[in-house]
Amino acid sequence: MPIDTYQKVILPLLGAAGVLVVWAIVSATLAPDLPSPLRTWQESRRYILDPFFKDGEMNQGMGRLAFYSLVRVGKGFALALAIGTPIGFLLGLSRRFHQSFDPIVQFMRPISPLAWLPLGLVIFQKSEPAAIFTIALCAMWPTVINTAVGVRSISQDYLNVGRVLKLSRTTTLRRIVIPATLPYVFTGYRLSLGLAWLVIVASEMLTGTPGVGGFLWQEYNSLVYSHIILSVLTIGAIGFVLDRLMGLVEARVRIS
Amino acid sequence: MAYLEVRGLRKSYRARGGVTAVLGGVDLTLDEGEFVAVVGYSGSGKTTLVSLIAGLVTPDAGEIRLDGAPVTEPGPERGIVFQQYSLLPWLSVRGNVALAVDAVNPALPASERRRLTEELIALVNLTPAAWKRPRELSGGMRQRVAVARGLAMQPKLLLMDEPFSALDALTRATLQDELLRIWGERRTTVMLITNDVDEAILLADRIYPMTPGPNAVLGPAIEVGLPRPRQRRHMSLEPAYQKARQALVEFLRAARSRLAPTAGHPRQPQPRAPIQ
Repeated sequence: MPIDTYQKVILPLLGAAGVLVVWAIVSATLAPDLPSPLRTWQESRRYILDPFFKDGEMNQGMGRLAFYSLVRVGKGFALALAIGTPIGFLLGLSRRFHQSFDPIVQFMRPISPLAWLPLGLVIFQKSEPAAIFTIALCAMWPTVINTAVGVRSISQDYLNVGRVLKLSRTTTLRRIVIPATLPYVFTGYRLSLGLAWLVIVASEMLTGTPGVGGFLWQEYNSLVYSHIILSVLTIGAIGFVLDRLMGLVEARVRIS
Repeated sequence: MAYLEVRGLRKSYRARGGVTAVLGGVDLTLDEGEFVAVVGYSGSGKTTLVSLIAGLVTPDAGEIRLDGAPVTEPGPERGIVFQQYSLLPWLSVRGNVALAVDAVNPALPASERRRLTEELIALVNLTPAAWKRPRELSGGMRQRVAVARGLAMQPKLLLMDEPFSALDALTRATLQDELLRIWGERRTTVMLITNDVDEAILLADRIYPMTPGPNAVLGPAIEVGLPRPRQRRHMSLEPAYQKARQALVEFLRAARSRLAPTAGHPRQPQPRAPIQ
């Protein structure tokens, strides 16, 4: 067997099998309410094999629920980038802006989505915009910080080229500063997307809107524990795929 | 009055350990169309001198005038070929050259600017690689791009800061020959900074030796009496070559032993240029 298949396929499968075994043992001994892997599969099969059925607002296939969540994350993420990228550039470019707003950025960064959501509900009076507001507010910091760091770490050599050519401020920004910063910006985007996906679950749980997180909370309340596991696994799988996709985009803009 | 006039140029850098006086009153002149080299040990302040003439760094004292106008800021009339190439990695060869052509000729029609760009790329023999990014090029090819970009600025004075020092010996020789050819075609006024005595003699009309820092100054210029066009072959046998080489090496040796009378010479730390 080629070493490569062994390392990339067999070993990860062994790891997953190990987790399943631990899960089965725990559900059989310590936590009788925790459904076993087999029971989880039996009770969840329909949600995966028929991902787009819709019996009611809160009883839909995983494909549908994931779609609702992804659309919500997409909006929040887009808003985070739209606000975060310019703020990042300003922080990196202007010393005065940095001095004025960096403390605020550092202050707001660690605030949990759970704290923002009620405030969003107060401001918008509706759950959907409140959720998007929360996602954007929580997810934008990696973009802000990475962009600012990227701008500040532009090689002086590149800037000197612009100075010798007497490029105007806007040309320098367009031809030198932005391209030089792009790899950092996209690293920020990838981290922001990961955060946005983390926040979606919390915000759906609190607002009870249809989506993977909302479904999870509802199934907890109706004591269908196997569906909690189904939701958790779905969230993990989608988060993994999103990160890989952003990783591909990031690799494309990375320059030697 | 000479084309380039440098008078009493002084520059110190403040570092953690105190103040390092890099240049201690540099005087130098260049005539229009002349090829002048400045030769000195590594770390003697040659790059600082280039940065000052380029206007990227402001001097503590002294004066720089090019074609009668005082130098106060960077500008394309003093084009630079940087030691570390400084090509923009996200632009192709063509993009890097075009950036300079477009910046210097905003009034020209786009087709004319494109023609100029292609002409420069052809001049440095890079037409087959014009679409490549710098990371796909060898060190020698990168430096050709940098030379093309320097010429694209249509400079009154082209500053070359140890342009070939990062290259292997064979590539270095090839590029020196090409620079000789290009200079023969264009006759741009060039100031070449180098630590290679033979490179300076091969290329320059006059050579200023630089004393090792701190407080580096330039010695009296040495005329290279070799006729042009020059050929590398057999050149080292010519009396004029030997004479220039001997004068240079003697000056540099004497300057170093004055600095460090005991055996071995102290390595001067390369001054980090805090530009801006």
